[in-house]
Amino acid sequence: MSETAKSHPDADEESTAEDTTAEATTTEADDSATPVTDGSTAIVRALENGGVEHAFGVQGGAIMPVYDALWDSDIEHITMAHEQGAAHAADAYGVVANEPGIALATSGPGATNLVTGIADANMDSDAMVALTGQVPSDMVGSDAFQETDTTGVTMPITKHNWFAASADTIGDTVGEAFALSESGRPGPTLVDLPKDVSFEETDVEPGEPELPAGQEPPTEADDEQVEAAARAIERAEKPLLLLGGGVIKAEASETARTFAREHGIPVVTTMPGIGSYPEDDELCLSWAGMHGTGYANMAITHTDCLIGVGTRFDDRLTGGIDTFAPEAEVVHIDIDPAEISKNIHADYPCIGDAGTVLDQLTAEMEHEPDAREWREQCQTWKDEYPMDYSIDKDAPLRPEFIVEAFDEATDDDTIVTSGVGQHQMWASQYWEFTEPRTWVSSHGLGTMGYGLPSAIGARFAADDDQDVVCFDGDGSFLMTIQELSVAVRENLDITVAVLNNEYVGMVRQWQDAFFEGRHMASEYNWMPEFDKLAEAFGAKGWRVNDYDEVADTVEAALDYDGPSVIDFHIDPDANVYPMVASGAPNGKFALSEEQL
Amino acid sequence: MSENTQGLQGPPPEERPHPDGRRNSQGIRIDPEVEAEPDSRTAMISALVEHEPGVLARIAGLFSRRQFNIESLTVGPTTVEGNARLTLIVEEPEPGIDQAKKQLAKLKPVISVGELEGRPVRSELVLLKVNGDDPDKVQAVTEMYGGETLDAGPETITVQLTGEADEIEDALDAYRQFGIIEIARTGPTALARGSTPTTPGEKPAAEATAVGVETDGGSDSDGETGGDSAESQAETTN
Repeated sequence: MSETAKSHPDADEESTAEDTTAEATTTEADDSATPVTDGSTAIVRALENGGVEHAFGVQGGAIMPVYDALWDSDIEHITMAHEQGAAHAADAYGVVANEPGIALATSGPGATNLVTGIADANMDSDAMVALTGQVPSDMVGSDAFQETDTTGVTMPITKHNWFAASADTIGDTVGEAFALSESGRPGPTLVDLPKDVSFEETDVEPGEPELPAGQEPPTEADDEQVEAAARAIERAEKPLLLLGGGVIKAEASETARTFAREHGIPVVTTMPGIGSYPEDDELCLSWAGMHGTGYANMAITHTDCLIGVGTRFDDRLTGGIDTFAPEAEVVHIDIDPAEISKNIHADYPCIGDAGTVLDQLTAEMEHEPDAREWREQCQTWKDEYPMDYSIDKDAPLRPEFIVEAFDEATDDDTIVTSGVGQHQMWASQYWEFTEPRTWVSSHGLGTMGYGLPSAIGARFAADDDQDVVCFDGDGSFLMTIQELSVAVRENLDITVAVLNNEYVGMVRQWQDAFFEGRHMASEYNWMPEFDKLAEAFGAKGWRVNDYDEVADTVEAALDYDGPSVIDFHIDPDANVYPMVASGAPNGKFALSEEQL
Repeated sequence: MSENTQGLQGPPPEERPHPDGRRNSQGIRIDPEVEAEPDSRTAMISALVEHEPGVLARIAGLFSRRQFNIESLTVGPTTVEGNARLTLIVEEPEPGIDQAKKQLAKLKPVISVGELEGRPVRSELVLLKVNGDDPDKVQAVTEMYGGETLDAGPETITVQLTGEADEIEDALDAYRQFGIIEIARTGPTALARGSTPTTPGEKPAAEATAVGVETDGGSDSDGETGGDSAESQAETTN
């Protein structure tokens, strides 16, 4: 049970909390700061020094001292139903709030349950700090009760992790984990906390979070590279700006928008880059890749100068490497040198902060590229490959229609979270995103079950007047549905739209296309009635089968002040198009199954 | 297939224009007519690391999960307390070697990474146990290769050899006639020649000897010639 259980923060609490943050960064003698008497209080104090207001976790033996220290702290702890939920909630909180999310778990199963969520944050470069309890130091290595080599298990999925050695240094170690997590290319960090170290007495107060030595990220790119890149862009006839998730993380969306508009360069985003550029803008071609728009994939196939910003050229974006942007010189702007030429060779590598390097480029460029014909070509592709669908009022619901119904009923700043599968693709295709940090999803790892816990995390980070809508699939929802109990307990105003086709739909789509329609283990003969299940949890539930119920139910769910679930029974045969088959050329995207 | 005939409008794939260009598996644009994958090469990489628990596991794990081909790895202390030097031999096509260096440099305990190009000073130590039936001939071979006999018994003789890989391979060939029973090799370790730091920016423990020398390494890997001060100047202005 959460000791600070209360309803979701109202406007007053938010502003108070912000004031505390501002103070925490300037003064140590803050009244509300936790006095340091032992390892645990040092840990909590380090989090307070980082401005942490919320933490997500699950109690348990080895982490109990840390939880006890939270009792007197102003940090609000949200008790999740499962540690995976805590990790996803912390991750999503971090995405929306632009600060590291905090996840707590005990040793052994608590820590291993976090693993999926940490791996997810790692793949999407999301800032997150995981704090895990550990058996006492003298028992480490003895296969003690609830012992797992947590730093060993999480080594490949964290930016760095630490095994806390003493109470005197534990606070600063947590501070380092916090600072490292959000610096440069963000990512998850973890500190493993043996119980005896948490209990150990100390009066060493941690300072402000500080980066470990030698970890300062690059900011400005090399002038010569920028100059060469500028010349390449100037002489391009078909320039294309590719905005990845790094643009949002670098808070460079505005700079990227200005850059595109000033130089008349069409824009595609990656899926994590959704929201970096308004999709209703004339220059925007939405997102490219496996289920990206036809026009984005045409543009990325035919460009002669691809300016990739904050993207790692993931295989779901590139399709087959041999046919990816095959005529393009590549300008690659990234803060992580190891992403340069990892998958796609960068002709002009620009290592630095996205916004800073775009400004450098703007300063260097003498004229915009002559791209009028190219812009017209992009518009032609928009007309040729519209994301249109038709509706038969007597047929089962089209999922696209439901996504658009929610988009129409909500404001532009609404936060959309999703699980993983067909519903995720429909949500990202048919919602018109215009703002950064409004699309929260599991991209790189593709974690089914991400939707509901991420909506919970997003809710705590969002402004009060922002709606939080979660699109989920029936299979995905069922994986973390227990977190509904948290949403009810915390009275969180979130709406879950389940696009229910009683299939693991994406698997079924692939089986139809590539496995002769043999629906092995993808067909659910029976799904729980999610509306009733929601009610059993204490949330509000609806079931919708028909078009004429959609608008009213969406309205009612959004109006409901608390967690609500709508179980939309959609056309079970609906598929996601366009689709670039795995490893196929982007330009050969299929518009229907026959074309795969 | 069932009812999945819904889809979107637009020209089908075969009616769309497709560019002729191609990239190779490294993502480099190529002439499709003369498509060629780059050859592998062997690189010697030196990494200066904080000698903290788990650092070896982090590096081994990195090479394993990213499928970098690692031939040998040696670790040992440096002049700076708390630091250690790792010497790695990696065999990869060109972009892979660069990628390995960049991924290494990303690890938090890794202070600096350099590739030993040109002709670094390198050596390996080998312990070799051979059949002791013909001690005089074994002794002759050992002397010829500058080795040292560490243990001689009625049945076996154990010798120590040091040197570069070629010399050691030659020596092993020569010992084969006696019957080699066991071998233990350290794997090569190396330092850059002359006053060039082995990893960029590396300084000895005594700070005074290398004040203000900021190197960006690699650019002048041949440090065999040239006085210290002149070279330092050149590097500072770089």
